[in-house]
Order: sequence, then structure tokens, then C-alpha cells
Amino acid sequence: MDTNEHEHVIEVTDLRRVYGGGFEAVRGITFSVSRGEVFALLGTNGAGKTSTVEVLEGLAAPSGGRVRVLGHDPHTERAAVRPRTGVMLQEGGFPSELTVAETARMWAGCTSGARPVPEALALVGLERRAAVRVKQLSGGERRRLDLALALLGAPEVLFLDEPTTGLDAEGRRDTWELVRALRDGGTTVLLTTHYLEEAEGLADRLAIMSEGRIAVTGTPAEVTAGRPSRISFELPAGYFVGDLPPLGELGVVGHEVAGRVVRLRTHELQRAATGLLVWAERARIELGRLEMRSASLEEAFLGIAREQEVAV
Amino acid sequence: MNAVATTPAGRMRALGRAELSLLGRNRNAVVTALFVPLALPFSVRPAIDQMDLKGEGLSVGSVMLTAAIGFSLLFAVYSSLVGAFVARREELVLKRLRTGELGDSEILAGTALPAVCLGFVQSVLLTVACVLLLDAGAPAAPQLVVLGLLFGLVLCAVLAALTASVTRTAESAQVTALPVVLVSMMGSGIIVPLQLLSDRVADVCRFLPLSPAIRLIGGGWTGDLSGYDALGAVLTALAWTVLAVFAVRRWFRWEPRR
Repeated sequence: MDTNEHEHVIEVTDLRRVYGGGFEAVRGITFSVSRGEVFALLGTNGAGKTSTVEVLEGLAAPSGGRVRVLGHDPHTERAAVRPRTGVMLQEGGFPSELTVAETARMWAGCTSGARPVPEALALVGLERRAAVRVKQLSGGERRRLDLALALLGAPEVLFLDEPTTGLDAEGRRDTWELVRALRDGGTTVLLTTHYLEEAEGLADRLAIMSEGRIAVTGTPAEVTAGRPSRISFELPAGYFVGDLPPLGELGVVGHEVAGRVVRLRTHELQRAATGLLVWAERARIELGRLEMRSASLEEAFLGIAREQEVAV
Repeated sequence: MNAVATTPAGRMRALGRAELSLLGRNRNAVVTALFVPLALPFSVRPAIDQMDLKGEGLSVGSVMLTAAIGFSLLFAVYSSLVGAFVARREELVLKRLRTGELGDSEILAGTALPAVCLGFVQSVLLTVACVLLLDAGAPAAPQLVVLGLLFGLVLCAVLAALTASVTRTAESAQVTALPVVLVSMMGSGIIVPLQLLSDRVADVCRFLPLSPAIRLIGGGWTGDLSGYDALGAVLTALAWTVLAVFAVRRWFRWEPRR
């Protein structure tokens, strides 16, 4: 094989994608994914995730910039790329009147080095649904069928567009385990999601997209570093934010008040929490709905959304 | 890769097999594809009996045969494929297939495969029936009949893809398919042999998309097609095929409109 371990399996350079009506869905993004890495594209609906992935899958040509998958242009050098990639689209793509087994058999006939159909269905726990028509599957089962077909040819690179949308908690966990096992086996995975815990738990690296651009990229730890932790609680009647100890002394860098609910942001969670709780103890106050969270991807995500709103 | 690689033929066979199952499960498509081409020729039989065929060297058998094959092309192949292409596009099947190893032309060809085969088998059976039941006689130039049938099958499949591009839903496919069906029935010699039309009208009608295929089938059967006319029909059919293939490559819609 003409590859080494640190090779960039996916390379995106200044990618732009403009739709027919002139809408610019992707506005110049650059990132790369190494062999064996799980890379997550995060973002709200309309951020440009799917528009980006479709170019990587070779379904559309870029309007500007350059894209390489396994060293090839996925749009113009289809034949070189497709036998080595697996794709799961955001939705559907299977005739509703075919059974699960017929659908898988059809795909196996179109996939180089396809694993046996029963094995592929067992991989996602659909072996008992083989004789069921696709139209009778639940949304979650359909996602799993889609995943099974993306994995049919044991691809080197896997594109998963919102792989767990519509899955119940158990199905989601099963999919995560499957993705981890694939990563451990050397598969490179690019996934999009709007579940933050999914990106946090699965991705080696991630990029948060917003309005067609990458707002921030890095490992989950890098992305959350520098983001504040949060404390929120409800003050009893008759108490106001002004009654708290000076917020600056607690190490609080920002706060919001909504009715009696107070939210504090701090880079020193322990210090702020101690100061707050000691104050409450001395004042004999019961803080309602007390919550404390260290910096999380969610905070990073919401922070970017806030910055975006300010910019508008 | 060392793993067993797929071939275009293998991929199209896998897709065609799935499409055959789908065709069998679509009651509307089955009725249109199987019964219309069988029933329609008999419904136009009285009209054919009224025609002055002798003067043009035609017989009821050969006219019925051309009509039957024409209906098979229009309904078993063209109409049913417009619906199939639209349905696959709207269910995002075409988009999903394009993420795989199949090339674009393989996807269209594989999807069309069962309907084209059905049209071929049906035409052969109808021909046998016309020979046995209506004394259509033996074909004077069988190679022209076969050539016409092949052109007709290919052109109907490509035209169906083209029609699908301007069709939004599987339901409206029955409407968008009508122009080609009606124009071909009336103007391509399927119901009324072109020989019976006035010369000027016939000269124009010869250039309709399915006219050359029908002309080769009918003329090949009766033997009244000169080498010059046969060549003209082949070139016209070829021109339509090239034009339609180009149009499909240029305008075919692989995804639903949003």
C-alpha cells in the first residue's frame, strides 16, 4: 500500500460551495484528516456541514478551492476513490419496496470486496429484520441499514452524515462503539453531527462550523480550553444578584440573570463555587436548582453562536 | 485493492435485479407494462380494418404487429421508466447510488434494464402472436426489424430519463409522459401507418423520435423499404439517440428539487 501512517487521507483547502441561486453555503474552509482519525464537523442546521461532506463524497464539484480524498479528486476521479470509501447520507436512499436483505444484496453487487450480507446486517443488529421491507423499518433501523451498507466494502474512509439522528439512546451507543472499533481498526472517519456529546466522546479532532466557515478547530480539549465553566442557581425570593459577594472576587468573568435564575461563567470553577457556597451557608440561603459544569463543548458551541449573534 | 473488484456488468446486473423486484411490486407499473400493450392493439383493430391497406402494400397482420410493438415500447418501456426514474430520484436512491462505485450511465442503464428486457420479450411474443393469429407472414428483412426494435428500446429508455428530468413527482409522471406517448402513437406510424398520411405530413412525421424505429420494424417486415430509406431511418434514429443521450448527460436531475 502506498500510504504511511501520518498521511492526510482527507485534505480540504479553501473550499467554497455556491448553489445555483447564488447562496454561498461553504465560504472558504481548510482542514485535513489523518489516517485512522475520527474527525467531526459540528454546527447548527444550515452551517454548511452537509454541503461540505457532499463535496468530499464526490457528489458535487467544489465552486472554489481544492479537495483530495486518498490523494484523488473525489468528483473527477470517481473510479479511483469510490472502491475505498463508504458513505452514509443524511437521509434515506433506499427503495421502500425492497426488503433489507434485497437492498443489501444489491449494494453488495455494486461494492468491491463486499462482506457477506448476513455479516453486514449482524454488524448493526439488523439480522432479524432481513426479510422486512425498508418502508416498514423505523427511522433508527433505517439509519442502521444505511450504516451497514456504508461498511459493506470495509472502506478505508467513512463519511457519516448525522449517523445517529433518529436513533434511541441504546442505538446511539451501539453506533458509537462501532465507530470506535472501526477507528481502532485503522478506518478514517469523517462525521457530521449536532449532538455535542457525540463529537466530544467520539472525535479525535473536530471543527465547529458556522455560516459556512470553520469557527474553531482542534481536539475536543483544545476547543474547550479557554472556555469558561458554568454555575447556575435560583435565588430565593427577596434576594438579588447584588446581594452576592462581589463577582470579580469570586473569579466570575460574566453573568446573566433571568428572573431569579442566575448564571455565572468562570475560569476558576472551584474558587467561584466555594465563594458562592460559603456565602449561601453564612446567609442561610438555599440555592435552588444548583448546577455546576466544567467547560464543555456545549459551552464552546453556544459561545460561538453568541459571538455570531453579536457580529450580525 | 486486492479484494474482488466489481465490474460494470456485475454492478448493472445487481441493480437490474433489484429493479426487477421493484417493477413486480408496483401494481400500476405491472398493469401498464403488461396489459396495455396486449389490449391496445385489439382496441384499434376496427380502425385498422377500415383503412385502405391493400393500396399501400400493407396487411392487417403487419399493421397490427407494428402497432403492438409500438405500444410495448411506449408503455412497457417508456412510460414505466419515467415513473421508475422519478420514484428513485425522489426517494434519494439515485443520489445514494452515486456515492458508490456505479458510474452515472451505469445507474441509468441498470435501472432501465428490466423494463428494456420486458419490452424486448413482449415484442417477440407479440410478433409470434401476430404471425400465428393474423397471418402477418414472415419478415422480408429480419435484420431491419431487429435493428428497429433495438433503436426503439434504447431511445425509449433515454427519452424516459429525459422526461423524468422535467417531472417533479411520481404521480405527475403519468402526465409528463403523455406528449411523447400521444405524438408517437399518432405521428410515428404506431396507430396510423405513415403511408396513409398525406405526403407532406408524412415527411415531417418521419423525423419524430420513434418514427425511424417503427419504420424499420414495419418496412423490414413488409420488405417495401428501399436501402436508401432504411439508411435514412437508421441515421435519423442514430441522430435522435445521440441528441437524447447528450441531453440526459446535460440535464438529468439526480436529486429532488428543494
